[in-house]
Amino acid sequence: MVNPVAGLGGRVGLKGSDGPDVQARARELGAVPRASERATAALRELAGRAGAPVVLTAAGPMGEDAVRAAGLEPDVRYTPDDPSTAGDTVAAAKALAPDVDLLLFAGGDGTARDVLDAVGTSVPVLGVPTGVKMHSAVFGVGPRAAGEVAARAATSFIEAEVMDLDEDAVRDGRVSARLYGQLLVPDAPVRVQQRKVGSSAADPYAVGGIAAELASRVGDGLLVLGPGGTTRAVAAALGVDVPVMGVNVLREGRLVAADANAAELAGLVTPDTWIAVTPIGGQGFLLGRGNQQISPEVLRTVRPDRLLAVATEAKLAALGGRPLLLDTGDPDLDRALAGYRTVITGRGRTARYPVQGA
Amino acid sequence: MSAPANTGPVSTDDARIAPKPPLRRFHQARWDEPLIFELGTPGARGVAVPAPEVPLDDTLPEALRRKDAPGLPDMSQLHVLRHYLRLSQENLGVDMNIDVGQGTCTMKYSPKVNDRFVRDHRVSELHPLQDERTVQGVLEVMHTLEKMLAEISGMDRVSLQPGAGSAAIYTNIAMIRAYFAARGELEQRDEVITTIFSHPSNAACAKTAGFKVITLYPDKDGYPDIEALKAAVGPRTAALMITNPEDTGIFNSRIAEFVDIVHEAGGLCAYDQANANGILGITRARDAGFDLCHFNLHKTFSTPHACGGPAAGASGVSEKLVPFLPRPTVEFDGTRYRLDDDRPESVGKIRPFYGVVPNLVRAYAWIMSLGAEGLREVAEIAVLNNNYLMKKVLEIRGVSAPYAEGKRRIEQVRYSWEELHRDTGVHSEEIGVRAADFGTHYWTSHHPYVVPEPMTLEPTESYSKQDLDEYAAILAEVAREAYEEPETVRTAPHNSTIHQVRQATLDDPKTWAVTWRAYRRKILGQ
Repeated sequence: MVNPVAGLGGRVGLKGSDGPDVQARARELGAVPRASERATAALRELAGRAGAPVVLTAAGPMGEDAVRAAGLEPDVRYTPDDPSTAGDTVAAAKALAPDVDLLLFAGGDGTARDVLDAVGTSVPVLGVPTGVKMHSAVFGVGPRAAGEVAARAATSFIEAEVMDLDEDAVRDGRVSARLYGQLLVPDAPVRVQQRKVGSSAADPYAVGGIAAELASRVGDGLLVLGPGGTTRAVAAALGVDVPVMGVNVLREGRLVAADANAAELAGLVTPDTWIAVTPIGGQGFLLGRGNQQISPEVLRTVRPDRLLAVATEAKLAALGGRPLLLDTGDPDLDRALAGYRTVITGRGRTARYPVQGA
Repeated sequence: MSAPANTGPVSTDDARIAPKPPLRRFHQARWDEPLIFELGTPGARGVAVPAPEVPLDDTLPEALRRKDAPGLPDMSQLHVLRHYLRLSQENLGVDMNIDVGQGTCTMKYSPKVNDRFVRDHRVSELHPLQDERTVQGVLEVMHTLEKMLAEISGMDRVSLQPGAGSAAIYTNIAMIRAYFAARGELEQRDEVITTIFSHPSNAACAKTAGFKVITLYPDKDGYPDIEALKAAVGPRTAALMITNPEDTGIFNSRIAEFVDIVHEAGGLCAYDQANANGILGITRARDAGFDLCHFNLHKTFSTPHACGGPAAGASGVSEKLVPFLPRPTVEFDGTRYRLDDDRPESVGKIRPFYGVVPNLVRAYAWIMSLGAEGLREVAEIAVLNNNYLMKKVLEIRGVSAPYAEGKRRIEQVRYSWEELHRDTGVHSEEIGVRAADFGTHYWTSHHPYVVPEPMTLEPTESYSKQDLDEYAAILAEVAREAYEEPETVRTAPHNSTIHQVRQATLDDPKTWAVTWRAYRRKILGQ
């Protein structure tokens, strides 16, 4: 499945291609669609390795053209509007998913979000990177790598993060990333881009150490656990199964509140409550992305030393020396929380890492 | 896709137009040799051991007698010899390849003449339980070696007891613990600060000794973040354990400031000089104010690495830590050498007896053969070699040396293939594996990868310009392949003994097996 306009805004400096207005502006600026060409490269690689795979696809520029260009025979299962929209991506993914071993999609983060909305983790997927923003961990490192992984017919899959930037915010000069959820991708770490940003949660020893350290510090106190793969794994190590997306409240291995909103949290926290959050892999946002439920009101209630950051050493290393970022919505609070903060990286192990307002 | 037509390093059949310098044709043996425990025929014998003249049942205490025969394979001498010769052909040793790729390990040449001293009966026939009056010679070697290492480091005393580098780091943290215990500060001082680019053994040994570990990350120039250090130090600080130059090869010229900050907070400073190859005779741990340091004699001082040991480490301390040195120490009263075991504040023994004597003899001989000027020349050539190689490597497409732009490196460089990876999808690990098809290899870096797609090269003083040219030409060829025929790199090695290693089982304590017994338990389920 090809998002024909993915990446359209990149070369013309629009920092993304989400929405028909931006796409029209990109075309005015002379943007040339490249998604289909990159999808063809992936499919050629797939065909070269897997012989003649059965390829189900959507009509025209949404896949059929790229499949034919790669010398394969398409089995068209969906016909989009002209021009196609995000709604077509969702509809096409839903139409294809029940009958495929792997949903190969060409696009960027926005496309990955549409795929997430359409199929969740019901079918393994893999992205051919053609977008402007590719912060998600669901893409091959390049088109050919994606084709290569697709050809392997993997039997082992991992959950990988779907991230996206708020494009309007980026155009206003702000970097604003969010974690949207997780897709199921082939477990091929060398060839899939996830390795640099999203793999930390997969290290059970590091996460087990973080959980043990957190448990020893929190004792029988109330613990507000932010969203993310690392914190979810920490919760699992503490004996609690929590959803990856929400903010959850734990006490002594029991779930006190699941997927709590800001108002619920404000009603629960006291100055002695612990808050543990993990930075978004590769982005470094500690507060204000995906965990806005932990509001300035909540943060001002707890004692400053009760706010803990948790991350594996690999996750900190992947930041490439960039600081952790705060965007609580309250610049004064961001300033108050900034500085060198303790990040729990394992049992008896911490880092002192710079934290600053975004 | 078919396998690459040419699986050898020479990309043309016509040797006349082979690239300059010509890349070597290399193909390693593959014997499919079983483990020795899987060999053997019941009843076969290598040596007919004579029966004991005295019935052992009467003399050996019950507790020392085996219930069952040891599970060794029954083999003839020929079959044992053949087994190990085959394994030796499936190996890449420091004496066989251009071993500059094992960065941070300081794979210098171990002069073979020094093995003659070790094999001499005056060393090989010594027993650690001999009366000290009968081992005056080796005690003199140890005493003199200690003095020389004290001079090289600027420290007051040096223990030669540790069995290798990590044992020396552990010795240092054990002495730090004993020091604060003696001052009644141990409960208060429970934190050790280290850096992500210092050897992970510093963090690991501090943890083993019961300390909490705080890790500092590099600033944008690659130096440990001095502001993070200021945020981390305090009344709980027991010690800073740090390497310099770190694994990046960048010398931290503010190191004395780091030491001052920790000293002001009442902590001690331990310098990981496992590899001092770039600074021998140029600067000393004590000159930067450190209280402790250690050397790996198998790195800087040329003794063999010995595939994981036994090697030898040396822990140096300033005066105030001398009471805590491992015991016994070697003392000299002007006429005789003696072992001093009466050291009530000592941390005790780090390993049995006195140290790995054969390696102490090798290191002693190496230092004596070079002299003070020679040691400095070692460092100068090692640094020169490194910067020559860096220039050659940075001419290759897709590679960079992150941090400290425009600055030279000391004895090693942590490079990054990030650009090549972005362009081609080929990973650093894959390039290193492909290098095996040319008869060499390289190591990436410790985990986690702070430098993306890392490669760490350390040429030492042992390698010639021709060696370095050949090594750089191999990297250049593999980089070219990554851009032009990435499949050749991804499917490598083609000419090596083992083609692909299943890394996952090696990374997991539940499945890794470094002994036959562990293999039987974990893999065979016996």
